[in-house]
Amino acid sequence: MTISPSKHPLDPILRTERIPHIWCPGCGIGTAFSSCLIALQSSGIDLDKTAVVSGIGCSGRGAGYVKLDSYHTTHGRAIPFATGMKLANPDLNVIVFSGDGDLFAIGGNHFLHAARRNMDLTVICVNNFNYGMTGGQAAATTPNLAKTTTTTRGNPESPFNLPLLAYASGATYIARWTMLHTRDLTQSISEAIQRRGFSFIEVLAPCPTGYGRRNKQKPIEALKIFQERSVVKNGANPGEVLLDFKLGITLGKFIDSERPTFTESYDKICRPQTAADSA
Amino acid sequence: MKPAVLTGEHFITGDVACAEGALAAGCSFFAGYPITPATEIAEHIAGRLPEVGGVFIQMEDEIAAMAAVLGASCAGAKSMTATSGPGFSLMMENLGLGLVTQTPCVVVNVQRAGPSTGLPTLGAQSDMMQARWGSHGHYEIIALAPSSPQEMFFLTIAAFNLSETYRLPVLIMADEVTGHLSERVVIPDASKIKLQSRPRPKGRKDRFKPFQPGMNGVAPMAHAGDGYRVHVTGLTHDERGYPSMTAEAHVEMISRITDKIRRNLDRIIMLEEYRLDDADVALISYGISARSSLAAVDEARCKGIKAGLLRLVTVWPFPEEQIRRLASRLKGLITVELNLGQIHLEVERCSAGTAPAYLVGHPGGTVITPGDILRKIEEAAGVK
Amino acid sequence: MKFWRVPLDSEEILVSKGIVYIIDDRCKGCGYCIEYCPRDVLEMSSRFNSKGYHPPSVKQPDLCVNCHYCEAICPDFAIYSLEAPANAPAA
Repeated sequence: MTISPSKHPLDPILRTERIPHIWCPGCGIGTAFSSCLIALQSSGIDLDKTAVVSGIGCSGRGAGYVKLDSYHTTHGRAIPFATGMKLANPDLNVIVFSGDGDLFAIGGNHFLHAARRNMDLTVICVNNFNYGMTGGQAAATTPNLAKTTTTTRGNPESPFNLPLLAYASGATYIARWTMLHTRDLTQSISEAIQRRGFSFIEVLAPCPTGYGRRNKQKPIEALKIFQERSVVKNGANPGEVLLDFKLGITLGKFIDSERPTFTESYDKICRPQTAADSA
Repeated sequence: MKPAVLTGEHFITGDVACAEGALAAGCSFFAGYPITPATEIAEHIAGRLPEVGGVFIQMEDEIAAMAAVLGASCAGAKSMTATSGPGFSLMMENLGLGLVTQTPCVVVNVQRAGPSTGLPTLGAQSDMMQARWGSHGHYEIIALAPSSPQEMFFLTIAAFNLSETYRLPVLIMADEVTGHLSERVVIPDASKIKLQSRPRPKGRKDRFKPFQPGMNGVAPMAHAGDGYRVHVTGLTHDERGYPSMTAEAHVEMISRITDKIRRNLDRIIMLEEYRLDDADVALISYGISARSSLAAVDEARCKGIKAGLLRLVTVWPFPEEQIRRLASRLKGLITVELNLGQIHLEVERCSAGTAPAYLVGHPGGTVITPGDILRKIEEAAGVK
Repeated sequence: MKFWRVPLDSEEILVSKGIVYIIDDRCKGCGYCIEYCPRDVLEMSSRFNSKGYHPPSVKQPDLCVNCHYCEAICPDFAIYSLEAPANAPAA
């Protein structure tokens, strides 16, 4: 009874001919991606008016598996590409699905500015603490002292606090979950898609092949850490949220605020107003 | 809303004429970043686009500007950016994305002298090879070279039409002198301006292959939001748009992006001939240098030397056949350009020893004078 | 199900029942569904799929309450559950 060729509930929005995907066994990107698809499917938005944009890297392959208008762009440039798309057709729901290296190292500047403009985008960042696609190099999110192929004696640098970075830049919705917290994650993504403004959701995910292997974190062990060390603090100050495998991991919806989006401000300030024209 | 086409006579700079040309061509999206000597294009269009229902956005850098232009085009807008050397360098990676995903858009490079920061306020034509090969990988590109503000207007429209017809980024390789030059520009009535739009898909959405070549070798383009649910990637892909990591798929994809240009050279290449019919010596030039060349031809003719000019309005794809034919019947070909020999290399390649190829070049910061050119004409014609 | 305190309405609450479906050839054998199934329905099987991984198999079908957690946590779209038809005999 367990072996059935029938359809997975997400098959209608999967490019099933491309499944199985390239992600390694135990990789958390698939789960984060699945949450994203569940949110898209259940949120009631018009999926024909929805575009998914990715950059480069493991998470960047997301765009290639979703059966929606999907754009797999250059390394780090998913956000400006999505910006052009949203401005050219404001009726589109534009979702950026990419990784930490893509969005915060090579593409860091674009993230800051899109958040500052309150561009109407939903940005989902899968943080797996390293560059997976190229074989596990240190990233802007790699914990201090962690081992990677480019920091074999331990990472001398310190990682970004992504929610704080997003907050300082002006993002109006900020949440962090792990791939284990699928229900909360799905709900956050669903909320983000349906609201206006720049929404940022960080998803912590294990990278067993790149990060886990060099830092004695088996896939299930990484999930246990997510389970045992995580504390949900909705509304927490982004400056105080923790991301430390020993001290603790703060999860939750930290920010949900309102301010005019780029398009709203642009239409109000830059366009000639009809009333003024006729006056 | 105000009219997009400002019909009438204007006394404006090349940069402003370029912005007006874009609006007349139906451009509704501009993403840019300030850079001398192209800033005036962004400044002018920033005020005009919201008047005609479009959007201007100043991005955080030229990388973002180019990415936004591609995104906007994929969502259905005729889109454009304008820059100069350093910014052009930053746009190269996403230019490649535009080429391989067959995304129409226009990129203006108002050239200044380089390398690096170089001479920001002074002209050059030294990015001509970067225009041809600046992004990595093998591709065909279209680049136009305006030599007056009037032509900045018309060639911007032509650039949009070519980009829409053949689905690729089209470059306008202007120069600082033309960009900052103020001259009379006549903008015709909107009804006199012929516009092209990208081919669009018809028929069943589930059977549509976004990269299957259609008419002219150009695939119809589905926009985000059209309901075709296309996948577009910078990876080597098949006709469905799906990544395909094989040598065979790569050959096919590169053929798709090169054949559509190579098979339509006659429709793409625009040239202007001046006194070439009976010429012994031909000048090959483009942009601002072609104007000095025009004067040099007349001066040479006064001295009894049969000189002529072939002005390259389209620089890329290079008019190989036309140069070969000229070389077979003339005493010499002289390339005149504000660099130390870029298009000259192409002329040399195409003449292949049948006629000597000379260069009148300068690395930039000034314009080439008719006198400089005349001396080379005399040398080529064997007059001392 | 064991409770430390039996809910007052435990007699009235209808616990839904689910049937687990596994798409063998999508599975990469990570074991997340087995580890995190709240009712311990699944176990690692000894069979191989076409890629050489061990997919899960259903050990205790009667215990599935159709919570969909296996479906949500699976990174490979390889497992899902559907509600068992009412009055269906235990499989």
